[in-house]
Amino acid sequence: MQWLLDLTPDEWNAVRLSIRVATVATICSLPPGITIALLLARGRFWGKAVLNGLVHLPLILPPVVTGYLLLLTFGKRGPAGAFLDQYFGIVFSFRWTGAALACGIMAFPLMVRAIRLSIEAVDTRLEAAAGTLGASPIWVFGTITLPLIVPGILAGMILCFAKAMGEFGATITFVSNIPGETQTLPSAIYTYTQVPGGDACALRLTIISIVIAMAALVASEVLARRVGRRLDVE
Amino acid sequence: MSLSVDIRHRLGAFSLEGAFTTSGRLTALFGPSGSGKTTLVNLIGGLLRPDAGRIAAEDRVLVDTSRGIFVAKYRRRIGYVFQDARLFPHMTVAQNLRYGRFFTPASERYGDIEGVVELLGIGHLLERRPGSLSGGEKQRVAIGRALIASPRLILMDEPLASLDDRRKAEIMPYIERLRDETKVPIVYVSHSIAEVARLATDMVVLDTGRVAASGPTTEILQRLDLLPEEERAEGGTVVDMAVVGKDETFGMSTLASGAGEIQVAGLDAQPGTIIRVRIRARDVIVATEKPRGISALNILPGKVIAVSAGDGPFSDVQMDCNGQTVTARITRQSASQLGLAPGLEVFAVVKSVTFDRSNIARTNTGELAAPASTSVDNVS
Repeated sequence: MQWLLDLTPDEWNAVRLSIRVATVATICSLPPGITIALLLARGRFWGKAVLNGLVHLPLILPPVVTGYLLLLTFGKRGPAGAFLDQYFGIVFSFRWTGAALACGIMAFPLMVRAIRLSIEAVDTRLEAAAGTLGASPIWVFGTITLPLIVPGILAGMILCFAKAMGEFGATITFVSNIPGETQTLPSAIYTYTQVPGGDACALRLTIISIVIAMAALVASEVLARRVGRRLDVE
Repeated sequence: MSLSVDIRHRLGAFSLEGAFTTSGRLTALFGPSGSGKTTLVNLIGGLLRPDAGRIAAEDRVLVDTSRGIFVAKYRRRIGYVFQDARLFPHMTVAQNLRYGRFFTPASERYGDIEGVVELLGIGHLLERRPGSLSGGEKQRVAIGRALIASPRLILMDEPLASLDDRRKAEIMPYIERLRDETKVPIVYVSHSIAEVARLATDMVVLDTGRVAASGPTTEILQRLDLLPEEERAEGGTVVDMAVVGKDETFGMSTLASGAGEIQVAGLDAQPGTIIRVRIRARDVIVATEKPRGISALNILPGKVIAVSAGDGPFSDVQMDCNGQTVTARITRQSASQLGLAPGLEVFAVVKSVTFDRSNIARTNTGELAAPASTSVDNVS
């Protein structure tokens, strides 16, 4: 047990950084995730298939390709990167924010899928009933749709968090593997497997990864069950 | 409150077209399945937008396609009780009830929660979730939810259709109280003559997307030709009668109406009570001379007003019995053999009278008794 918790500063950094990156990626993905899930579930507009394809692209592209595209777009000289740097002072390349962006993009399709499925499961007749009681569409969303899709949102967030914790290819391509800045758990494990005598450290971080992933899963189960009991869906 | 509808709407191969105006306290939209009843209430409630037409409640125009007016459903203040209750599963009964109130301007709120809860007898359910309620309880909560939003009109789309007879009998008295004790007009979709005869003051008959007839229930139910084929046997005379006497020896009660006195058995009501009775056309025999030595007690003298023409085996005879129209459904052969024609003096022999027992229990004791059955066929 002592062996497991006796981490070097670099290892601690990797654990902390991974949790921070995954949390930021999850929270920042949520508003656009819900919006796009709503559009895909309910919207009828030109280009819906294109949007659907774009959202799912990171799921089917090799992660290295996604990371390289991010580097081209959000890198220091990339169009979006240069713009954000110049006007907002936000820099992604070789920063932990870039890792969060890469993880968020890679996990986004999973989050959208989970939320979209739960929106499609909502009985629109309940929403119509709320309308006849005087609720405008925004109120209907806030008081009927949103509470009913909470389990789906939670599931989407957990999936997103877990995916972000494990993201490797796009992150290392986009923001490299700088200890203390962009070296997340997977990158650190990879690094230790490449140096002689690093096996013990790699195993330690692997166990920590498993524990964090399991904790997230259990937390989501507990939350979903509590929400489910409250919903008591017929 | 008057409601006027004049619309044209197409849904796939089905088209709905029709106009009617009603100012009844409870207007039934009556017709067989697929006649367009639900489409029509959805148009009134704003759940559907008509292809063309105009809908107005009082002087408030809700839809006028020629002027590009379409009031959204959440601005119409029209309550809707769905066939499938549609209670919000994530809220308690109390939260469901209060939901619409929040969106009603304070100055227009008239539905007080305690009053409605008491009216519908749902006080013991307030903390429960919809998932644990019975079908009848759900429907009562749904009615309460619509009412507490203080609507100007309530639509009910076959609220009893998914319930068994016991549950129907449980809810009917509440709908009657709603009709009699609140000022909200009701539009009630139904395909059952028994329900319509009991509840409706006015009715609109729909047939394959067309308005076949509209007017007061008592007048429309006399016109058997307007009713759908399979319900025709249920049509007839609906009339309110006062209990005037009771005979303990034989357990008979005497009811008075314009047509004369009628004796019925098995009626437990005090003199003075008003009872709505239905005399089905198939339960009336026509005689050209006063019958003697016959078991039927109720023989009303009258005059033939009209004999329906047509080539079916049946003929509907309308008689004027001292100002009250009574309809009889007899075979065309009998009509022809008796030589029935307008103006002929006849006797209407009433075999049986249908009335509602729960209706009586209510007017009798002033409060709701547990209704045992919806209606009683009274053969005398």
